[in-house]
Amino acid sequence: MSTPDRADVCVVAIADTFRGDGEIMANPIGNIPMIGGRVARVVFEPDLVMTDGFAVLVANAMPVGVDDTQKVIEAWNPYRTMFDVVWSGRRHVVMGASQIDPYGNQNFAFIGDWDHPKSQLLGMRGAPGNTVNHVTSYWIPNHSPRVFVEQVDVVSGVGYDRAARLGDFVRAHHEIRRVVTNLAVLDFATPGHRMRLASVHPGVTVDDVVAATGFELVIDGDVAESRMPTDEELVAIEQVDPNGVRHQELGS
Amino acid sequence: MTDKRITEEDVVAELRDGMTIGIGGWGSRRKPMSLVRAIARSGLRDLTVVSYGGPDVGLLCATGKVKKVVYAFCSLDSIALEPHFRKAREAGAVSTLELDEGMFLLGLQAAAWRVPFLPTRVGLGSDVVERQPEIRTVVSPYDDGEELVAAPALGLDVALVHMHRGDARGNGQYLNVDPYFDDLFCMAAPRAFMSVERVVPTEELASNGPIQTLRINRLMTHGVVEAPGGAHFTECVPDYERDEAFQREYALTARDPDAWAVWKDKYLDCGDHDAYRTAVGL
Repeated sequence: MSTPDRADVCVVAIADTFRGDGEIMANPIGNIPMIGGRVARVVFEPDLVMTDGFAVLVANAMPVGVDDTQKVIEAWNPYRTMFDVVWSGRRHVVMGASQIDPYGNQNFAFIGDWDHPKSQLLGMRGAPGNTVNHVTSYWIPNHSPRVFVEQVDVVSGVGYDRAARLGDFVRAHHEIRRVVTNLAVLDFATPGHRMRLASVHPGVTVDDVVAATGFELVIDGDVAESRMPTDEELVAIEQVDPNGVRHQELGS
Repeated sequence: MTDKRITEEDVVAELRDGMTIGIGGWGSRRKPMSLVRAIARSGLRDLTVVSYGGPDVGLLCATGKVKKVVYAFCSLDSIALEPHFRKAREAGAVSTLELDEGMFLLGLQAAAWRVPFLPTRVGLGSDVVERQPEIRTVVSPYDDGEELVAAPALGLDVALVHMHRGDARGNGQYLNVDPYFDDLFCMAAPRAFMSVERVVPTEELASNGPIQTLRINRLMTHGVVEAPGGAHFTECVPDYERDEAFQREYALTARDPDAWAVWKDKYLDCGDHDAYRTAVGL
């Protein structure tokens, strides 16, 4: 087994976002999130429900980036059923973000002007519906001031300040649990739900994170170091990512 | 007994400038591309395209057919962003209605059920609602009094879908893992046209797969186009996979007007679907 590196720290930081979720759909999008979600299910959240990325729910720990892998199909989950799951609230999604602001408003739709964007990105996808119905976390592999901005160009995923203006039901079910990046773990565990630096990855300083963030983070006291994977988690990581896809995603 | 079999050109003859066209499939999966190409070759213009977007949207944008795109994403799946749509959008050449994927479903469902909207929390707090005045909210008339989004009906003039099998009367069958929303597209439009990989006798349909695969019934459709390879280059498993090499070539033409001209000449201006099949080697 190789020495754990930054990618492994990110994987278990993602896995930890699912801790305590029980029997809900864990829907991590992207390679490191998928590896993290599958590790969580193998090691400490055995009842999580997970998709193959298409139209079925799969009971086994499928390796990421391996074609023709064996699937133990436990249920049919076409897109129409997926929306039923979203609106039932029994889901925790990990999405990406091209921009995110201090209250967790997220944008991956486009950059620039509404009618004439500088850069057309994904569109709204499912972000508006996800964020007001169930738990959301974010994975950002390139922590930088271009991503962590004072104000996003367009709000696709709803943050805490906007959710606070909505009805009781939405406020009760809106939760942005964590933002995991290549440098740190952030959360909103502050009185005003402003983004807080929860931990820095080994080898990263608080100053590094501050410099890579385009707004003022809440930093209360000494900031912890993100944890290393356990031996059991390292075995699970090798199982779900035998080809080391996680190292390519970080590019550092 | 009505035989609904027609050609791509017959479908185009039913369309008019400024119409709202719904296109089934999802991303670069099971798109009615032979119908889309026929529109791209036509003189139609100012269309509003309603789609879980893929190369259908891209191709119609690249050929100047589109005024407005109603969408939640526009992707080629293996290539995350549809480059021709992107180019049109960044040039300000098309306007958009920006929707959440699930709100899109509710809009089709509302149109299919002939109600003006369906209530949902989807969109609350996001710029889908905050910055698009055409998306409005309603207050629950019950004791909760909650403010909800009134997801507007996405009424279509015409729907286009592609199925694996169908009969001459307009029943259709999908054989892959996901029906997508093709039945809703058909029901959201007064006129719906279905291309199929193969027209088979009605007697054969139920033996091709479980009855749940018979998702489209003839109440929903007004014309059937037999188009083997009609979804190419999008995915149409189990009949065929996505043609990734062809899709890459298509995507690259968005960066280079000369490459686009060559591609267009070869694969669009070549003529009808039979000519396309010959050009591609299908």
